[in-house]
Amino acid sequence: MNRRDFMSKTTLGALTVAVGAPVVYGHLMPNGYKPLALQDPDPFSLFKKDKEMKVLNDRPWNIEARAHLLNDKITPNHSMFIRNNGLLPENIDIKQWTLTIDGESVTEQKTYTLDELKTRFKHHTYQLTLECAGNGRKEFNPPAKGNQWGLGAVHCCEWTGIRLRDVLDEVGINDAAVYIGYHAADIHLSRDPGKEPISRGVPMAKAYQEETLLAFQMNGEDIPMAHGYPLRLIAGGWPASASGKWINRISVRNQVHDGTKMTGKAYRVPCKPVAPGSEVKDEDMCIIESMPVKSLITYPRSGAILKSGQQLNINGHAWAGELEVSKMEYSIDFGATWKACDLEKPVNRLAWQHFSASVSFPEVGYYEVWARATDSKGRSQPMLLPGWNPKGYLNNACHRIAVKVS
Amino acid sequence: MKNEEHFIEQVKVIYRSLLWFCIVCFGLGFLILLIHFNPDLIKEEPTITAIEEEVSSDITETIRDSIHADTGLIKADGLTEVINNCTNCHSAKIIIQNRMTRENWLMSIRWMQETQNLWDLGENENIILDYLATHYAPKEKGRRENLIVEEWYVLEKGQ
Repeated sequence: MNRRDFMSKTTLGALTVAVGAPVVYGHLMPNGYKPLALQDPDPFSLFKKDKEMKVLNDRPWNIEARAHLLNDKITPNHSMFIRNNGLLPENIDIKQWTLTIDGESVTEQKTYTLDELKTRFKHHTYQLTLECAGNGRKEFNPPAKGNQWGLGAVHCCEWTGIRLRDVLDEVGINDAAVYIGYHAADIHLSRDPGKEPISRGVPMAKAYQEETLLAFQMNGEDIPMAHGYPLRLIAGGWPASASGKWINRISVRNQVHDGTKMTGKAYRVPCKPVAPGSEVKDEDMCIIESMPVKSLITYPRSGAILKSGQQLNINGHAWAGELEVSKMEYSIDFGATWKACDLEKPVNRLAWQHFSASVSFPEVGYYEVWARATDSKGRSQPMLLPGWNPKGYLNNACHRIAVKVS
Repeated sequence: MKNEEHFIEQVKVIYRSLLWFCIVCFGLGFLILLIHFNPDLIKEEPTITAIEEEVSSDITETIRDSIHADTGLIKADGLTEVINNCTNCHSAKIIIQNRMTRENWLMSIRWMQETQNLWDLGENENIILDYLATHYAPKEKGRRENLIVEEWYVLEKGQ
């Protein structure tokens, strides 16, 4: 499916939504004619996103959810954030799509068609939490450069695919292997074919985890275009940028992968804590691996007005990168006292966990409900912003919603 | 008599020549001064000129309430230079979201020149930096801001 086909196949449906009425004689529209209503593409119909999603950037597309849109246990496509570094691939023909495994540390370079991948290796399905490393960036002070994500750059979908390690084992890799790096079909913003918008990866230990997949399905269907159709690497619990979209090549490296956005300050934080606003040398920046413990109250939406004496049932999700969440609490007195929430076990490793609680308020007034998760190593979410870093990553400060009791 | 007439005629010729000479000198001087203060006039125009003109006329037409409608950028000196140099590869939305000091905006420009194929901005660099550092400067916001509620709503019992 190339982008034009994708556009035209979805055009009539999208137009119906966008224009608010079926397009009479739509089937007679000449090929290549761009309907007026689509000349300024509407991302909501183009990517089938909820109208309440927030568009941060349109070239490249960066769209985030709001907390209350993430209430489902398994995130549906319409509430998934989009973080693109380049332009969408333009000509996707799944019959021609191949994945090449190469690099210094493979015994012999090998290329698979999509069909070969699907038929030769065993399929696995996992719910996996993917959070953008820059989720929460907008709160850092002094501000950090980049898309100013609020709190909606996280999702937990059900991914189906094959284990990366099964493929690597068949290809054969040597003992010098250190890292894998992905390469993909997206296009650099400058349209320079010699540049890759992003080419990140993970160390061999992460590449060899059971849950690290080469996925071709999301929530039981083909992966949506914006999320990596037809093939996406999924490395749950790590910065979502490690889960490369539209991948066509994986290099097994004998060094830490040095592709675009692996070096400099990208997806790195100071190895040692620094004061806010400090200048940090590139060599003092370390690659982010597991994401920190975090949670979101996804019900109710911030701004609820209750009657005096009315109970408030809250619920949401908590996750902790490579670890499990062992405790979930809430506070209605700005962190002075905490009460326990009911917390479910994860469906599988690296899936987010669901929590709920029934909250009572002692008297009328303005309240904030704060949520705090603690991971299996005893580390909790901070109430204020965690350590400042030049690029504004890893903000896991507790989520807060406002409530009035009248 | 004839000699006298001839002499007057010669004086007139010299006078006219001097007058033309002065006019030409004055004109040349004016041109030199003009080019001195506007060196752009003799620079080879980049191919982007056509787009520039198109964009420029657009800008004046679509500015409403100090915000440029098509891009969302603040209307102020330097807007045209920002649009022409900064929105070819990426959207204006990434500018609008960010707040940086002049020094950090310059670092972003250098980064784009080193890694993203951004061209040399020449004299526009200062105009662009003035615009960004004035209208998209950081604001002190402390370690955690107050919650902003977009909309208060009544949550019925049992909902």
